Amino acid sequence: MNTLKYQSQAVAKPYFIFAMILFVGQILFGLIMGLQYVMGDFLGGLIPFNVARMVHTNLLIVWLLFGFMGAAYYLIPEEAETELYSPKLAIALFWIFAAAGVLTILGYLLVPYSTLADITFNELWPTMGREFLEQPTITKIGIVVVALGFLFNLGMTILKGRKTAINMVMMTGLIGLAVFFLFAFYNPTNLALDKYFWWFVVHLWVEGVWELIMGAILAYVLIKVTGVDREVIEKWLYVIIAMALISGILGTGHHFYWLMTPEYWQWVGSIFSALEPLPFFAMVLYAFNMVNRRRREHPNKAATLWALGTAVMSFLGAGVWGFLHTLSFVNYYTHGSQITAAHGHMAFYGAYAMIVMTIMSYAMPKLRGIGEANCNKAQVIEMWGFWLMTVAMVFITLFLTGAGILQVWLQRIPESGEALSFMATQDKLEIFYWLREIAGVIFLLGLISYLASFFITEKKTA
Amino acid sequence: MSESFTKGMARNIYYGGSVFFFLIFLALTFHTVKEMPKRDNRENITEAVERGKHLWEKNNCIGCHTLIGEGAYFAPELANVYDRRGGGSEEGFKAFLNGWMKAQPLNIPGRRQMPNFHLTDQEIDDLAEFLKWTSELDDNNWPPNIEG
Repeated sequence: MNTLKYQSQAVAKPYFIFAMILFVGQILFGLIMGLQYVMGDFLGGLIPFNVARMVHTNLLIVWLLFGFMGAAYYLIPEEAETELYSPKLAIALFWIFAAAGVLTILGYLLVPYSTLADITFNELWPTMGREFLEQPTITKIGIVVVALGFLFNLGMTILKGRKTAINMVMMTGLIGLAVFFLFAFYNPTNLALDKYFWWFVVHLWVEGVWELIMGAILAYVLIKVTGVDREVIEKWLYVIIAMALISGILGTGHHFYWLMTPEYWQWVGSIFSALEPLPFFAMVLYAFNMVNRRRREHPNKAATLWALGTAVMSFLGAGVWGFLHTLSFVNYYTHGSQITAAHGHMAFYGAYAMIVMTIMSYAMPKLRGIGEANCNKAQVIEMWGFWLMTVAMVFITLFLTGAGILQVWLQRIPESGEALSFMATQDKLEIFYWLREIAGVIFLLGLISYLASFFITEKKTA
Repeated sequence: MSESFTKGMARNIYYGGSVFFFLIFLALTFHTVKEMPKRDNRENITEAVERGKHLWEKNNCIGCHTLIGEGAYFAPELANVYDRRGGGSEEGFKAFLNGWMKAQPLNIPGRRQMPNFHLTDQEIDDLAEFLKWTSELDDNNWPPNIEG
């Protein structure tokens, strides 16, 4: 049964499937690292912690990018009411990006990082060895090429079609993503400049343009599953992303407190980043409001659950857990502690992992020719996946927060001479790390349940 | 949301607000970069410091350690390791770092393992120069104590 409005939307499918494969890898390496936190020599010679972490974080970034691309290929043609400009280009770029991603990850795993730097000629234009930007320079160039082709394809699609607010916001977010990535190529010798502009990629992605992408995807799914008038939903979308950028751009200042920067960033960063929870709070109100005012009962209950879930979890993870340590006088003690890790986990899961699973939940039954929704049984298994992963992530965050509070108490607050050393402190945090690892295993079970739901194809009775 | 507040008004706030605050951000960035030489001692960036930074990156040190609080939280902060382990002298720190790097992996059962990166004496010296320069940066008095 063909249920796609525009046939070229089908190119989204390999992007979503590949995203899920990388997601599994991300979680497995997360579990390895979690174990190394308590059994320091686990796989030590084979997979050192720094390698596992690089694989864990890079897989996250790349699978989210695959998810965003899949989302764009799916929703932009439908919004523009026209076929995609070039489905062939989209498929070619899929294989290029997938091959580059796999080769890079294999490079991390199979040779020492310094060897990878040598064989990819890092010394010609050194960009490697910075957190999240560990990819060889040649991979970074590949990412830019893929992004340009992707934006060209979507841009041409929008130009010949209808220009809805959702499409314009999605496109602005994706262009911003590509533009700010260019700062990854700027790696000055002076660490002070290096660190300052590194945030132009990292912060302006996750607390800037990615929020536009998230907002556009959520608005699209809410229109589809609730049937609420587009005018209302798009108005909310503009309000939310206005708040996101007005707070988030100067909110970058919360990363500048302890760099080689003037003190005023402590004021600017504290005030504006304290406002960063507002767009996420608005998103919660809006998602529940739209679902309550729904004009249709969409058979895909799982997609609605994901849409509400991503609003709530991004508010908790990005909003509340971000606020916990964003004020400069708090951050002075919590900067670079397990509090940061706690926030990072829930924010990425709540905002970005969940928004990708929201659009996947809505789009996959259509992409697979099943219809408006999966059968009831598959939806139940999918919702088990939702709850297991989400509850596990809440506990991961709580345990890391516990570890972080104790770490700050033992290592940061006492005076020099009385404070415990980093390694001695880590020993005291062991129980939290064990509990976090158990929660991580539950998360994996949730992910397995989620993926299993794709393989349940009982015919729908309705 | 009130009916009198239209989509067009929301869109204008979005565009106007974003552009306005982005321009302020650029202005503050311009000022910050101008002020930076007062805090980063760039006149002390020797060739050894530069080589040390490349070694720091090439061996992905940030994958376990933090440097001024940024990085991974698996191993100690290193922006102030010069002060913590140097015993107040450059010779002391260089001797410590050379011994430390060569002793890896410590192979203490259950302890977190630092790999051996097989650096030459010259490379360890460069890394020490980079860490010494980093320890002298004015980062608004972070971390709160010597333990990082």
